[in-house]
Formats: sequence, C-alpha cells, structure tokens
Amino acid sequence: MNTAIHITLDWHDWLNLFGHYLLLSLMSLGGAISTTSEMHRFLVEQHGWLTQAQFNDSIALAQAAPGPNVLFVALMGWKVGMNAGSTAAAFFGVATTMTGILLPSTIFTYQVAQWGHRNRELRAVRAFKQGMAPVVIALLLSTAWILASSGGATSGDAGVQWPLWLLALASCLVIWRTRLHLLWMLGAGALLGALGIV
Amino acid sequence: MTPTALEHPRPASLLELFLAFTVLALQGFGGVLAIVQREMVERKRWLTQDEFIEDWAVAQIMPGPNVVNLSMMIGARYFGLRGALVALSGMLAVPLVLILLLVTLHARFAGNPQVIGALRGMAAVSAGLIAAAGLKMAASLGRSPVPLPWCLAIGGAGFVLVALLKFPLFYVLLLLGSLGCVLAYRNLR
Repeated sequence: MNTAIHITLDWHDWLNLFGHYLLLSLMSLGGAISTTSEMHRFLVEQHGWLTQAQFNDSIALAQAAPGPNVLFVALMGWKVGMNAGSTAAAFFGVATTMTGILLPSTIFTYQVAQWGHRNRELRAVRAFKQGMAPVVIALLLSTAWILASSGGATSGDAGVQWPLWLLALASCLVIWRTRLHLLWMLGAGALLGALGIV
Repeated sequence: MTPTALEHPRPASLLELFLAFTVLALQGFGGVLAIVQREMVERKRWLTQDEFIEDWAVAQIMPGPNVVNLSMMIGARYFGLRGALVALSGMLAVPLVLILLLVTLHARFAGNPQVIGALRGMAAVSAGLIAAAGLKMAASLGRSPVPLPWCLAIGGAGFVLVALLKFPLFYVLLLLGSLGCVLAYRNLR
C-alpha cells in the first residue's frame, strides 16, 4: 500500500471522528461527495490521520468499485483504523465513519419523505415534485458527460479518447433501445478496455 | 395517481427487496442512480417513471448520500420503516464487504494495465447508461405541468452550468429547481 503512517487514537479521538461525521452528514446536501473538501481538511490537514495519497485512493477506489459512491467514507474509516495499527481498529473505523455519515441524514430524509407522502395531494408538494423534473434530467445528462470525459482524461493523450466516447455512445443507444441486462454491457466494456481497444 | 400506484407490481417480501437492491448496487460502477431507474422502473416496474423522478428529486435535495436516500424512500413505499431499513442494507451491505476486500487487494493490482483498461471501459459504459436514463426520463416531460419550452430551457441551462461550467450542483438545483417548481405551481390546479 502507500507509505503508511502510524498514529495513536484514544477514545476521545474516536468520539471526535464520529462527531465530525455526524455533522458532515447533515451538511452533505447534494450527496456525501460534496463534503469531501471538509473531510480532507479534518482528516489530512488538521489531524494527520490520513496521508494525501490514502485520501485520494479512497475516493478513486470507491468510484471504480461497484456500489454507492458513499463507500469512500468507509474506506477512509478503514485506513484511519489501519494507520492506528490493527485490522480490528480498521473495522471499528468503518463502523464509526459509516454510522456517522448515515445516521442523521437518513433519519431526517425518512421523516421528510413520509411527510411528503402523507401530503402528496397538496398543490405545493405536487408542484415541487413535478417542477424538479427538468433539472433532475439535466443533472443526469451532466453526470454522464462528466464521467465520459474523465474516462478519457486518464488515458492522457487526447487522440485516443474517441474510442471511449464511441463506446459510451454505443452503450447509451443499446440501453436506451433494448432491455439487455446491464452486466453484459459492463462485461463488454471491461473486455474492450482490458484488451486495450478503448 | 392513486390507481396507477396500485396497478404496478411490488416486491413480495423483504427478502426480495433486499436482494433487488443488492443486485442493483453491484451493477453500479461510478454511481448507482441510473441502475435504479433501469431496474426499478423498466425491469421490475415497482415504480413508474414519474414516481422515480419525484422520489429522486426529494432524495437529491435532502442531506445524505442520494442513492441511499432513494433506496430508503422506495423501500418505505412498500414496507414502511422496515422496508426503508431493508432497502438501505441491501444497497450497502454486500458492496461494503466487497470494497473492503478490494482495498486489501488494491495495492497488488493498482498498476496493472489490464485492470486500468477494464475500469476505463466500464466507466464509459456507465456514462452511456446514465445518459440513456436521462433521455428516457426526458420523454416524460411532455406531460409536465411546466410548459415544454421552459422544460428545455431549464434542462439546457442545467447541463451547461453543471457539465460544462462545473457549477456546484447544489446551487444549480436550488436555482433552476425552484424556477421549475414555481412554474409547475402556477399551472397546477
């Protein structure tokens, strides 16, 4: 792994870590990823519990692995625990950061969603839900655009990016027009990538 | 709204709900959202396109990880609080175990060109998938209480601001979202 660092954490530090993630949870409007700069400030700069490389790796690996992107928070907890010296501490780190980032926001969201569901006939509630549709769709298309561009960026040379865009376009058409299972498409993409074609 | 909500299929048990969200999460490379649309709306039909958009708008504007919020809201539709917790664990449990396995292997394979290539190929497919989900959802704008030209203007502005100019998502959502809501409010009865 990266150049590991050795830190010692007492119960007060663990509590501090937990409290910080509880707070981040409520600040994470627009998704957990929006609070990464604050996590960086806290973990890397203020306390030195993670190295810069460990921080970056956590985000990159969570993007590449299947599952919700919020798992980068689990990886940070894992690495803080590993830096503190043991696998047991790493599991404790995962439990600390994941519970912290999820608990307040899920309770809050659940309550609001239930309220919205009970009052779904209200004109204001209907207007909110239907009025958000155009911008929600725009965000989806933006995410696709950013993801396709960043894939090209890692291959460095601008000249080799067009096969990637072609692959993205082809999978868009197949998925739009057919009901083919996604895993076939992902498998094909992985194979083309591994063979160096895209 | 109520009759259609009763017509479409629903998960038979908490186990089915858990498995559905696990399978769904494991297909999400670089984000799970578009997979939710594919699996829940198109394949299982537990949600209509409109219900999906509505739930997503709420999940997006609330604090917390968006797909986690979304899974909870979908689970709650069918089994209340228990459904919310089961969908949430389905979304997180197996992927969490998997990512902890991956992080221990990561050092060995991180530099392997085949692995890097495969991840790049999967990311391109994911980009296509997310775009396709957006295009399919755009088809439902014709029925929106927001007039179509306004839908296109808001959608176009959102894309330019987020994808090209890299504005923070939250403010775009707040600004263009409230514009959409005001327009919808005026046209709803």
